[in-house]
Amino acid sequence: MSDPINAVVGSKSKFDLPESPHSVGWIVSHTVRLADEANPLPLECGKTLAPVDVEYEFYGKLNEARDNAILVLHALSGDAHAAGWSAQADELGRPWLKKRPGWWDDLIGPGKAFDTTKYFVICSNLLGSCYGTTGPASLDPETNRPYGLRFPVVTVGDWVQLQERLINHLGIERLRAVAGGSLGGQQALEWALAYPDRIESAIIIASAPGLSDQGLAFNAVARNAIMTDLNFRNGDYYGDPTPDYGLTIARMLGHITYLSETSMRRKFGRRYRNGEGPGFHFGIDFEVENYLLHQGEAFVERFDANSYLYITKAMDYYDAAVWGDGDLDRACRRIQIRSLLVSFSSDWLYTADQMKELAFSLCRNRKPVSYVNIQSSYGHDAFLLEVEKQAHLVRCFLDGGDLA
Amino acid sequence: MTQNQKCRWDHKAIYDIIPDGASVLDLGCGDGELLAKLGRNKKVQGLGIEKDFYQVAKTTSHGVSVLQVDLDTGLAGLPDKSFDFVILEKTLQVVNKPLLVLEEMLRVGKSGVISFPNFGHWRVMSCLMETGRMPVTPELPYQWYDTPNIHLFTAKDILDWIRDNDVRLEKGFSLMDGKVFPFHEDDAVNAEEILLVISRSRSKFGSEVI
Repeated sequence: MSDPINAVVGSKSKFDLPESPHSVGWIVSHTVRLADEANPLPLECGKTLAPVDVEYEFYGKLNEARDNAILVLHALSGDAHAAGWSAQADELGRPWLKKRPGWWDDLIGPGKAFDTTKYFVICSNLLGSCYGTTGPASLDPETNRPYGLRFPVVTVGDWVQLQERLINHLGIERLRAVAGGSLGGQQALEWALAYPDRIESAIIIASAPGLSDQGLAFNAVARNAIMTDLNFRNGDYYGDPTPDYGLTIARMLGHITYLSETSMRRKFGRRYRNGEGPGFHFGIDFEVENYLLHQGEAFVERFDANSYLYITKAMDYYDAAVWGDGDLDRACRRIQIRSLLVSFSSDWLYTADQMKELAFSLCRNRKPVSYVNIQSSYGHDAFLLEVEKQAHLVRCFLDGGDLA
Repeated sequence: MTQNQKCRWDHKAIYDIIPDGASVLDLGCGDGELLAKLGRNKKVQGLGIEKDFYQVAKTTSHGVSVLQVDLDTGLAGLPDKSFDFVILEKTLQVVNKPLLVLEEMLRVGKSGVISFPNFGHWRVMSCLMETGRMPVTPELPYQWYDTPNIHLFTAKDILDWIRDNDVRLEKGFSLMDGKVFPFHEDDAVNAEEILLVISRSRSKFGSEVI
């Protein structure tokens, strides 16, 4: 990363443009109904859900043997658009998609780590999200109004179950790999636990078997900010003013957890917005305040507050040890595949120690596991910024799978 | 890690020592080549530990499991006697806490295999005596300021440690003038490099605990 300052902001100047030989080019998303009245989706909370539509994209070609598919899994605010440039930004009402390629474009494409000349890469939007897959903003068939908080509470396990339906729909028996960072990493782990015979490997990045209490605390405050916004009105705000203040604050909090002390100091260095000194007011004084507000306000343009509630809740509930009645070592017995675990040294949301613990849990069960802790000052954000090392590692690990 | 490419005799010796189907932990596994070969030809279940990012990546490309963990922080996540063999192939002299690493090796492994350059070889000693400078030899090709070997020791040093710490010397090999011989204590000054297979005959504190 040549410019660490800009990297922190996430404003990358060099994208692979659609015509680049390393880009998957212009991409059209697909939607499929994977649950209906006759075949509803049973959820962990005990309820069932129907209908369920899933938005997904794919890159590369599924080979004849149908054994070259890789499922990549997005994080909290992500979407199915993992690589290339959306050809439907206007049609989908998502103008921000014009500004940059998919969220993992650095790793997915011809000649990249997830090489689309070799692999068929799939990504789908999460259940409960707001980018094409059924969620709280979708119409509840019983009331013909948006679900709002009547949408059932969904879990990482539910997401993975739905993704399995997608894989079935695509006629894929076994995935070459499942891969994701952050909340995406937890889905990859859940795949390894729930469907050990449907995948060959899992790549779990900047993630953990469960969110720490510190992480739970941040999510709790974020949800409080949304739910106490006067516009929230118990989630029934569709068609009315939306709880923008609450969602802005929730996202500001989130961004604090994505950065590290070092990356913040390098980026902002206690600098004043006006370049001089204290303004003696309660507006935006410091650069860091300005950055957070900007991130929060930009987020409101593209995300639904209810989805934020549902997805952070799923993130909170996730606990891989449940598969072993609370014992992670016992849970890991289920895993039959090789896995690659990657942490970042300055990530305090999903820490290196948590990942190391998972690695040793797998080792104690004699499961093939590799663990890497990449030295980085970017905090949790490193998973989207430390591209080179991550790409190198993913490529090596996937090559290693070809030998097996 | 610090393997001098010219002296891979120990690589071959270790490969021969490990029986089919054994479980092997390689501390400082480098690019994982040994474990890959053992896995391929001897159905060995291997795990590497390595500090260097690029070596770790290379190891995964061989389909070998590897953890990027600093040996000096110990191996607390691994249970007692969980591997048939633990290997320290020319690694002991580069770690910060060699005794901790040796103890962890004997705790986690049923047997340990150590290979090391012998600082007590006559050529090394005479080099030091005659020139008054730190020896530079084919086995120890570094200058004092750039050597990764931060804890150099002699064959006699390690034999003392073995005797004083309830460690059993199962077998050993010496590299002398480019040839490999079974290890004898008398060879202490003639061996350029040494490979020892060790184990702990009983728990170090066993008798006190009982």
